[in-house]
Amino acid sequence: MDTKKNQDNAMKETEKKKELMMFLSGSEEKEHFLSSANRKILSDPLNDDNPITVQVLGICSALAITVQLKPAIVMSLAVVFVMAFSNVIISLLRNSIPGRIRIIVQLVVVAAMVILVDQILKAYAYDVSKQLSIFIGLIITNCIIMGRLEAFALGNGPYKSLLDGIGNAAGYGLILIIIAFFRELLGSGKLLGYEVLGHKGLTLADSTGLYALGYEDNGFFLLSPMALIVVGVIIWVQRSRNRKLIEEN
Amino acid sequence: MDLVNLFVKSIFVENMVFAYFLGMCSYLAVSKTVKTAVGLGAAVIFVLLITVPVNYLIDNYILQSGALSWLGSEFADVDLSFLSYIMFIAVIASMVQLVEMIVEKFAPALYGSLGIFLPLIAVNCAILGGSLFMQQKDFNGISEAVTYGAGSGIGWFLAILAIAAIREKIAYSNVPAPLKGLGITFIITGLMAIGFMSFMGIEL
Repeated sequence: MDTKKNQDNAMKETEKKKELMMFLSGSEEKEHFLSSANRKILSDPLNDDNPITVQVLGICSALAITVQLKPAIVMSLAVVFVMAFSNVIISLLRNSIPGRIRIIVQLVVVAAMVILVDQILKAYAYDVSKQLSIFIGLIITNCIIMGRLEAFALGNGPYKSLLDGIGNAAGYGLILIIIAFFRELLGSGKLLGYEVLGHKGLTLADSTGLYALGYEDNGFFLLSPMALIVVGVIIWVQRSRNRKLIEEN
Repeated sequence: MDLVNLFVKSIFVENMVFAYFLGMCSYLAVSKTVKTAVGLGAAVIFVLLITVPVNYLIDNYILQSGALSWLGSEFADVDLSFLSYIMFIAVIASMVQLVEMIVEKFAPALYGSLGIFLPLIAVNCAILGGSLFMQQKDFNGISEAVTYGAGSGIGWFLAILAIAAIREKIAYSNVPAPLKGLGITFIITGLMAIGFMSFMGIEL
């Protein structure tokens, strides 16, 4: 008897939750906060519509900062912040921006966001900000941001634009982190600065882990050309798993 | 001699595309045929040649700490360098607009062939990158800034010309289907970048 009572209670609870959700999202006719269309906006850029491997946006800054995992993660977070906010701001302003000068307006909004990020990084993570050097500044001209502003925020409401911004920045960050993972692991045998493959001493006897077996780091992965080749391979893997992305020639 | 050294260095050793990956997006998107690649490359040289010196003057006489001292001693310790991103991008966007209007007026044929690429240059990271590197390198004298602007523009031009020529030829090769188009372009660019690394350390 008790179990049945519990079940009844649980059902009542879920119904109450549903009502609450409906109340929160406005009315019944209104689109749900995470309706399938909105979820698609958020999840498409992670695979089918990835900004780096499919839309070819935001390559410039993506490649130079992926030698180590830490700057790549910081960069991804910075881009998530800048993209989410600039998408929302442009989307709110979209009906009052004259078409002819919209590029300058967009650049000013993005530049203001980037200055914020830059100053925050300088204050709280100075060594990372030194490592990223001019690439924080280059977020302004990161084509992924301009591209999404032009293609999405100018034609959609603020909530959808927020989702689009977060989704695309996450897709960008995902690729960045994959590249940085392989480059740091194979290039210097570390992840986030920890020696995951063991410690490399001066001689074989001093070394531990894989290095004791005679393993050597592939220094080539620390050089910039390898980033391009890693992206090429990622595209290869993604497209052979997802064949509708294959180009004609 | 110093200027020649800087010039060669900015073309080959510190090539915008192969050493810093700047301007990659338009490099990948507009390199399908040699003709359009040449148009965009020429426009990039032109805009870099103008914006780097202009931003050099702005940086040295307005933005750097103490740069405003020519206004009077009370401005001597003003530091506006946090404004540099927004100033540089404003200069670049307005220069691109200006260049577009001048080219349209005086060289309509060139304007027709450049088409939409001119406005696109405003968001080419090689241009902003040129100005930011100029700021970082701390040049003394505007002649160095002009040389650096011209050199990095020519380096970008060479890079996009080379990849466009290779892509025209590779259409006849049997590339694995998932690698076609974007994938193989990335890998070729990587190999070219390895080639360009052989210039490292060259000094004249």
